[in-house]
Amino acid sequence: MDWSLFFGELVSGLTLGSIYALIALGYTMVYGILKLLNFAHGDVYMVGAFLGFFVLQWLGGPLTPAVTGWLAIAIMFGAAMLGCGALGVGIERFAYRPLRNAPRIAPLISALGVSIFLQNSALLLWGPEFRDYGTFDLIGVKSYSIGANFFISNIQIFAIATSIGLMIVLTLLVSRTQTGKAMRATSFDREAAEMMGISVDRVISSTFFVGSALAAAGGVMFGIVFGQIFSLMGFTAGLKGFTAAVVGGIGSIPGAMLGGFLIGLTEAFATGYLPGGSTYANLYVFALLIAMFLIRPSGLLGSPVIQKV
Amino acid sequence: MSEGGVPGVPGGPKVGVDQWVAEAEERREARTGLTGAVARAWERVPPPGRLALLLGPFAIFPFVTNEGNLFRYGLITIVYALLAIGLNVVVGFAGLLDLGYVAFFGFGAYLYGIMASGHSGHHLEAEIAIPIVVVSTSLLGLLLGLTSRRLLGDYLAIVTLFFLQAFVIFVNNANGGLSDFSYPFVGRVDLTGGSNGLDQIDPLNFFGYHLTTTRQYYFYTLISLAVVMTMLYFVNASRTGRAWRALREDPLAAEAMSIPVNRLKLLAFMFGAGTAGFTGTIFGAVQSGAFPGDYDVGLLITIYAIVILGGLGSIGGVVVGALLINGAPELLRSSSNARFLFYGVILLALLIAMRPWYRTVVVLLGTVAFGFVLHLIVGALWSRGTAGHIDGGGALGRALEHWVLLPTHPGRIAGWAYFGLIVAALVLTLVHGWWRTIALIPTLYLASFVWENKLVEQVSGATRLILLGALLVVIMNVRPSGIFGTARVEIA
Repeated sequence: MDWSLFFGELVSGLTLGSIYALIALGYTMVYGILKLLNFAHGDVYMVGAFLGFFVLQWLGGPLTPAVTGWLAIAIMFGAAMLGCGALGVGIERFAYRPLRNAPRIAPLISALGVSIFLQNSALLLWGPEFRDYGTFDLIGVKSYSIGANFFISNIQIFAIATSIGLMIVLTLLVSRTQTGKAMRATSFDREAAEMMGISVDRVISSTFFVGSALAAAGGVMFGIVFGQIFSLMGFTAGLKGFTAAVVGGIGSIPGAMLGGFLIGLTEAFATGYLPGGSTYANLYVFALLIAMFLIRPSGLLGSPVIQKV
Repeated sequence: MSEGGVPGVPGGPKVGVDQWVAEAEERREARTGLTGAVARAWERVPPPGRLALLLGPFAIFPFVTNEGNLFRYGLITIVYALLAIGLNVVVGFAGLLDLGYVAFFGFGAYLYGIMASGHSGHHLEAEIAIPIVVVSTSLLGLLLGLTSRRLLGDYLAIVTLFFLQAFVIFVNNANGGLSDFSYPFVGRVDLTGGSNGLDQIDPLNFFGYHLTTTRQYYFYTLISLAVVMTMLYFVNASRTGRAWRALREDPLAAEAMSIPVNRLKLLAFMFGAGTAGFTGTIFGAVQSGAFPGDYDVGLLITIYAIVILGGLGSIGGVVVGALLINGAPELLRSSSNARFLFYGVILLALLIAMRPWYRTVVVLLGTVAFGFVLHLIVGALWSRGTAGHIDGGGALGRALEHWVLLPTHPGRIAGWAYFGLIVAALVLTLVHGWWRTIALIPTLYLASFVWENKLVEQVSGATRLILLGALLVVIMNVRPSGIFGTARVEIA
C-alpha cells in the first residue's frame, strides 16, 4: 500500500472537511431553529471569501502587507466574519422573517431567490475570473514530516486547528451562555420559548449572525488554503456543507462537524482511489448522501423526527 | 328529504361530495375592482374556451413573424411553458420542491440524442424513442423520489439539487476520455460528448415524416402543450388532483384522511420528470444537439420564476408566466430596448402600486428634479462625473445624458452604488407613509444610476438572473401564491 498517498489524502481530506464543517454548522443551526433550508448560505460563504480578499488588498496585498502575515490573516477573518454576520442577519430580516407563517415552500423559494441574487451580484461586481489570495507570499509555507510518508504544512495545521477552535467556541456559546440557552429553547419549541419571555426574533437573528460568520470563516480559510476564489464557488460548497449537515444529523452541532470531516475525507479519498475520482469526486459525495438517506435518514448523530400535531 | 341529500340542507350536496369540499371554492379570497371583474369573467368561460383563448394567439403567431423570431419568442416560450407545467405539478400541486427538474429535461435531450444522432451512430425513429425517453425519465424520477420518500420536503430539495449538479458534472465529462469512468463490460464509451456537447441529433421523425422547419416544430410543441394542459385539467379535477392539493396544504392532515401521501408524491414527481423528459426530446431535436451549459441552474431559476409568477397550481397562469419571463429577457438583449423596458416597468409599477395619485406625482416630479439638480451640481464640481455617454439610446438616451450621472470610469463608484441601492431598497420596506414617498426619490435615482452605469453591461447575463432572483424573493413576500394563483383564506 502506498502510505504517502494515503496520508496525503487524509490530511487534505481533513483540511477540506474542516471548511465543510464550518459551512455545515450554519446550515444545521438555522435548520434547528427555523426548520428552513437556507440556500443562500453557500453564497454567504462566497461573499466571506471575497471580503477576506478585499481586506487583504486594503492592507496592502500579500506581498507588502501593512502588518505581519498572521495578524493580517486575523484581521481578514474578523472583518469577513463581521461583514457576513451582518449579511446573514439582513437576509433573515428581509427574505425570511415576513414568511415565517407562510406555507413551508414559500421561504424555500425565497431562499433560492436570495442565493441567485447574491451569486449574480458577485458575478456582476467582481466578474467571473479567479482571484488569487497569494497565501504563499503572505506567510512562509513550511512542510513538516513525521516519518517518511506523513507530510503536513503549517497552513493545513492552521486550517484544522482554527476550525476546531471555532467549533469549541461555538459549543461553549451554545451550551454555556444565556444566548445559547435561548437558542436551544427556541429550537426545542419556539412558541413555548416565546411564552417564557425569550425574544425569538433576536435569537433567530443571532443564530443567523453566528452561522453566517462561521461560513465566512470557512470562505476565508478556503482562500488561504487553496489560494483561489471565484464568484460561483458558493454553490457547490453550499451543497456539500448541507450534505455534511444531513449526514451528521441535521440540527445537531457535533453532527455537523463530524459530517463535515466525513464529506471532506470522502472527497479526498474518492479523488485518490476511486475510478474517475478526480473528475467525479462530487458524484461520490452525492452517492454518500443517497446512501445515508437510505440507511439512516436522521443522520449519524441526529434523532428521528417526531412530528407534533 | 330528498334521496341521498345531506340532512337539513335543502338542495344540499349529494352523497360523495362533502359539503366542505363543495364550498371550498367559495372560501377563496375574493378580488375586487378591475382585476376582480376580469378574474370573474375568466372563470365564466368554459374550459375549452379558456384553452383556446390562451393558446389562440400562439397559433396565429407564426403567420405574422419570421423564422428567427418564431424560434426565439415563440418556440422557446412554449418549451418553457411545457417545462413549467410539469414543474407546476410537482411544486404547485403536490408541494414538493424539486430542484433537479432541469436535469430531467437534460436527461431527455441526451437520451434522445444517444438513441438518434450522428454522434452516437444510432438512428431510432421518434415514435419509438420518445416513449422510451418518457418512461425512463419517469423511472429515474421514481428512483430519485424513492430515496427521499420517507423524508420531509426540504431533504428532497437538496437531493434533487445535488442530482442536478451531479448530472451536469456527468454530462460534462462522460466523453470516454481518460478521466472518465471505465464501465463494466464495455469499457470507456463516449456517451455525451463531454463539454462540447452531443451534436448532430436527428430531427424528430414520426413514421418517416421528418419535422424540419421551425414552424413544424412550433406547431408540434404547441399541440403537445395543449394536450398536456387538457390532460392536467382533467387530472386536477379528479380525485388525484384533489388529493395532491390536500397534500400541498397539509401533508399530515392528508395522511390522517387516509390519502396515500407517499404514492401521490411519487406520482407527481414522476409526472413532472416525464414531462421534462418529453420536452427535452423536442429541445434536443430543435437544437440538433445537447449541450451541458443549457441544463444548469440558470434555466432552473427561469422555470421557477415562471411557475411562481404564473401562480402555484394554476395551469393557465403558467403560459402567461412563460410569455413574461421569456419575452422580457429577449427584449433585454439590446440595451436600448432594455432601457425602455426598465423605465417602463418602474413607471408602471409606480402607477399601479402607489396610492393616492398625488404621491405618484410627487415621486415622479421629485425624481426628475432631483436628477437635474444633482447633475448640475456634480457637473460643476467634478466634470468627469457627467462626461460619460449612452450608446445608441435614441431620444431617451440623449435625454438621460442630461439627467443621470455618467462617470467616464464608473467601475468602483457603480459597485458601491449597487450596494447602496440594495440597502436603500431594503430600507424602503421598513418605512411607511410620506417617509417612504420621500425615500423613494433618491432610491429611484440611484436605481437609474446603477442601471446606466453597471447593470446595462450584462443585461442578458448576470443582470437577468439578479432580477429573477429578486423577483422570486419579492413575489414570495408580497403574494406567496403567485400572481395568478388563488390565495386561500386561512381557516384556523
